[in-house]
Amino acid sequence: MRRPFVLRHPSVLVFLALLALFTLGVTILSEGMGLGLISTSFVKTLGKTLCLCLIAVAMDLVWGYCGILSLGHFAFFGLGGYMIGMWLMYERTKGIVLDSLVNAPLPPTPEEVRAAIGTQIFGVVGGSEIPVIWTFADSLLAQLALVVLVPGLLALVFGWLAFRSRVTGVYLSILTQAMTLALSLYLFQNDSGLRGNNGLSGLQNVPGLLHLPQSVVSIGFFWASALALGLAYVLAAWLVSGKFGSVVRGIRDDEARVRFLGYDVEAYKLTVFTLTAVLAALAGALYYPQAGIINPAEIAPIAGIYLAVWVAIGGRGRLYGAVIGAAFVSLLSSWFTGGGAPPIDLGVYTIQWTDWWLVLLGLSFVAVTLFAPKGIGGLVDLVLPGSVPDRHGADLGPDQGALREAEQARTEDGK
Amino acid sequence: MGHLLRLCALALLFALPLSRPAAADLQTVLQENAEDVIRASRRTVEDVLAALLADNDPALPAFLEEWRGRNVYVREADGLFVYVEEIDRETYRLLDIVTRAEIGTAGRREVTQLRPNSGVQGVIASALVEFQLRDPDPARRAAALDAIARNPEAGQLGPLTRAAEAETDPVLAARGARLVTFLTIAFADETADRVAAIQSLSGDLSLDARAALNPLLTTRLVLAEGEDPPPGNIAAEVRPGSETLGWEAAYEMLVQAGRAPAQVSDADRNAALVANLADGRVAGVAVASLNTEAARDAAYAALAAEGIVPPRQTEAERRASAAAAQYFLVYTEADPAVTAAAEQALDAIELRVALNQFLDLSLDALSLASIYFLAAIGLAITFGVMGVINMAHGEFIMMGAYTGYVVQLFVPDYTLSILIALPLAFAVTFAAGVAMERLVIRWLYNRPLETLLATFGISIALQQLAKNIFGTQARPLTSPGWLDGAWVLNDIVSISYIRIAIFGLGVLFFVLLLLILNRTRLGLEVRAVTQNPRMAASMGINPDRINMLTFGLGSGIAGIAGVAIGLYAKVTSEMGADYIVQSFMTVVVGGVGNIWGTLLGATLIGSLQKGIEWFNPSNTLAAQTYMILFIILFIQFRPKGIIALKGRAAGE
Repeated sequence: MRRPFVLRHPSVLVFLALLALFTLGVTILSEGMGLGLISTSFVKTLGKTLCLCLIAVAMDLVWGYCGILSLGHFAFFGLGGYMIGMWLMYERTKGIVLDSLVNAPLPPTPEEVRAAIGTQIFGVVGGSEIPVIWTFADSLLAQLALVVLVPGLLALVFGWLAFRSRVTGVYLSILTQAMTLALSLYLFQNDSGLRGNNGLSGLQNVPGLLHLPQSVVSIGFFWASALALGLAYVLAAWLVSGKFGSVVRGIRDDEARVRFLGYDVEAYKLTVFTLTAVLAALAGALYYPQAGIINPAEIAPIAGIYLAVWVAIGGRGRLYGAVIGAAFVSLLSSWFTGGGAPPIDLGVYTIQWTDWWLVLLGLSFVAVTLFAPKGIGGLVDLVLPGSVPDRHGADLGPDQGALREAEQARTEDGK
Repeated sequence: MGHLLRLCALALLFALPLSRPAAADLQTVLQENAEDVIRASRRTVEDVLAALLADNDPALPAFLEEWRGRNVYVREADGLFVYVEEIDRETYRLLDIVTRAEIGTAGRREVTQLRPNSGVQGVIASALVEFQLRDPDPARRAAALDAIARNPEAGQLGPLTRAAEAETDPVLAARGARLVTFLTIAFADETADRVAAIQSLSGDLSLDARAALNPLLTTRLVLAEGEDPPPGNIAAEVRPGSETLGWEAAYEMLVQAGRAPAQVSDADRNAALVANLADGRVAGVAVASLNTEAARDAAYAALAAEGIVPPRQTEAERRASAAAAQYFLVYTEADPAVTAAAEQALDAIELRVALNQFLDLSLDALSLASIYFLAAIGLAITFGVMGVINMAHGEFIMMGAYTGYVVQLFVPDYTLSILIALPLAFAVTFAAGVAMERLVIRWLYNRPLETLLATFGISIALQQLAKNIFGTQARPLTSPGWLDGAWVLNDIVSISYIRIAIFGLGVLFFVLLLLILNRTRLGLEVRAVTQNPRMAASMGINPDRINMLTFGLGSGIAGIAGVAIGLYAKVTSEMGADYIVQSFMTVVVGGVGNIWGTLLGATLIGSLQKGIEWFNPSNTLAAQTYMILFIILFIQFRPKGIIALKGRAAGE
């Protein structure tokens, strides 16, 4: 008789409890619900951070567990944001157009409304026609389906092409980065149908909820983000706990060996890649309504690398590590770049953290890679040595950063 | 025809030697023809001009200029021709027309202004052109040619033809002959002359040749009256709904011709509905129900049935009436032989233009390829030899460019500063590369993904550091004066000297690296380590040292590339990031660890990018997108690049 899932993985329960506590705490302290100790903009920041934690979980799944260093997951994140942004912007503009036409002598026809929406949205890129890709923009359900379908299909096709031709390791990373760059360059064009470098804006105004103040809407999104993160975490933990997880980790550690054992490595990789792409898209769909604006710069290749940085700093191969890394680095980053950190006066030169934060981040990232490949999550091992899987000294593969036996890591250095 | 004869007489007179001593005074000749001068008409003025030219006084050009400018007056008292200067409103100062010396004053009513009409002015002007074209000063002759080229007129053809034949300066003679060809095409009377001139331009690549031919082929749309085509030189029949003639435009032409009722637009319809709105109803229909196009059309039709508004034709009806009519494209040039010849000549030109454009494009692609090659070769070496992806490679390029910028701050001579900057950039980035290898990468061998991330950390730190030191604005890296300008082959093919220099640099480093790798001890050891590090180590090669030197070499070349790129683009802290993905693509497409592979990869990517840009020149963003997509597909078919390492060296 196997023990129940949560008992075998107490970290999931701990994580869910902490997340629930955090969510409740923020809600009570927020402006919208209670005491007003946390400003609405900070609630939004926290909500966005939860979304980033969600995409970090996806990244951990694909990199930390499956060994595919994808630098393209922010492309899926952005695509998800664009898909939901299309509905938000279309419906919001429709509301504005209907309001402005309410005093016209003739009641507006659907064609007139569409034309007015087209001019409103695309006037900024010199167009008035509504592009074909906006066909479903008036339906929330359809766009929600597209949030999953578009990035999912892109990941499926790209992954199929890449894995089929056995592109692995560094090559694959570069290829995913190229894909991201191609997508962002495409979106930068004015005739991409998504407003070029203007992107989509005004996404914080949710049609149908306009009567509610932003302080309440932000709490709603915060809860949705927390819920999505919790569900995704449980899903990811469940996936990596069973046989599927073992195969996936096996692929990370020695792909050829798993293939010789008779597993269809490509199918496993493709499944993980596509699933994580969908998770990333969901994270994006929750993130951008809180950010209020999305433009192609968000999909820049560098974003994908930052994602890898978060996961690496947090600790690969453990889901809570990814969450810790994303939350820690992104919050720290907004603290430093937002001018929250006090400048350091060295006498001859004053260190302004808005200028020097990236230098610090870059160097500390190098330090983490060199000296603490387990990242922040590694601290947990110090407190709870029992949490390290006991494989009786068996070879866990070449990837030192991933969670592995301490003993093994020591012998590795002698190699 | 008489006009032409007189022009010929004029030409004969010009053919006489110009240096002939003046037989009589200009004033005298004018007095002899006083009647024709004062009441000059287009018909008579040529005789006068012939007489004046026969006399050929040195003051004649100035006189013609003043005559045309209506500044020649006749003194009533003795009929003397004079120039005047206004002293005040009532009194003029009189000037001699030859010497411009003052010969007295006169009241406003004592002189009469000569007022040549526009026809006479034209004849005088073309005579003047001839004077300018025969001016002893070549600069003024050139200026006259320029003036004609800017603003060609029919009257200039004759004088220009004669002047061009007499021209002694070979450059001006060639320009003159060319202008004669253009003017002949535009203004000559004989079809044969024009056709011959057009044919002489066949295959001419210059822009002005096309500018001379294209106007001949301008067309306008004409609606045929009945079944028969309209008069004129017809280019083609067009059907409405085609690219040249949309349905709306076709119908609008019918309306203009009065053959169809004016179109009632949606806006007109809505306005009519609003205008006939009463008690919330239009034509018996409640306003609230007019929220579809169909309902509005029905309401309007009801209004039309009552005769309140003109009836509205449906789209199908409009199309039917447009389709029933016949539309033709008619050349504005009336002579069919001329348009046929022009079309032939332009076809020939277009073929040659296409060939030359291809040549130009190839040159562009080659220069882009050499930039990519320079940017990527360092990466290819480190990647190939050590299996290490250096994400900070782009920042080494930037470092090299900033080194060049700093050198120029201290050494103002641009040639010298570039000569100093190239080795210095190599030294700086070599040192940076070695330092990075010793401090970071050495500890991360066998962990390629983590090397990628660690070097990325260095990359963002370096980028921000450069931003903090040099600021965010672009810094100039000025090339020496002798690299300014471009090598121009013809109007289509040209390439700037800087690009040629970068190409030369690329070739230089290609040869240099081939020599180092194939002919030196270091190269031998590098190749050994590339193929099998452990075996190389057991043969007494120190892989650590080789790795360090290779990394330094790769980084050093990045520094050189930085100087080269900085010369033709701006130096910013983000310039490295712009090249890094392209560089990776080059390495991946070319094949790892092989200089020939990098060369092929750079050539492929350079020509691909330029080729795609050529298909869609307005959109370089799309070009890059498609190129990246192509590369992703390319990897499908050759996952190890164009030149794949074989055997054990290919690794896992």
